[in-house]
Amino acid sequence: MSTLQIDKSIDARGMACPGPLMNLIGAIRQGQVGQVFEVLSSDEGSKTDIPAWVTKAKHELLEVREDAGYAHFIVRKAR
Amino acid sequence: MDEQDKPISLVLFSGTDDKLTAAAVLAVGAAAMGRPVNVFLQYYALDAFRNGKVTQDHSLSPEASESQAPIVRAHNSQHWSDLLRQAKDVGEVNIQACALSMDMFGIGREDLDPIVDGIEGVAAFIASAGDGQVVFI
Repeated sequence: MSTLQIDKSIDARGMACPGPLMNLIGAIRQGQVGQVFEVLSSDEGSKTDIPAWVTKAKHELLEVREDAGYAHFIVRKAR
Repeated sequence: MDEQDKPISLVLFSGTDDKLTAAAVLAVGAAAMGRPVNVFLQYYALDAFRNGKVTQDHSLSPEASESQAPIVRAHNSQHWSDLLRQAKDVGEVNIQACALSMDMFGIGREDLDPIVDGIEGVAAFIASAGDGQVVFI
């Protein structure tokens, strides 16, 4: 169980690639530095896309947690 | 220039919804990753960007078999025009209509969907592609 404080959670389960990533990008752009975002995604592509984008965009991937048929991606807006 | 900062340039030739969707996915991914994206619309792809035609059915490419076609049509992927709008929203995406194709089909600037940024010739497109990759779809 995660103890991280989540500021905004996005349920993108059922969305096709690259929908969950695009939802995360949209939320992070509107958020403030230091805020923590969670995306729930059942898209296999998210497992590679979200870490790749977070690295490129210089944010911080705090946690990736598998659940039943989907995964939680927890990202801190770093800049 | 770092390889990852170079533009990626997509030449869209095919006007079927499957190929346009595949191309739009590439565009949105590249834009999200910070790559400048140039899109050059030729032939049947240009026709799909006419005002009022964007969300019409543009059929599927011939390689979609009878059993695959219903699967492709039923999949919940976003429309290619929405993906391109998202690409423009997150990154630097320039969509240009090929002047030759405009002329061939008798299409004027006013006939194009506003998602198209302008009309250009092939030399200008190649110039904007620079030494980045060019993909023909």
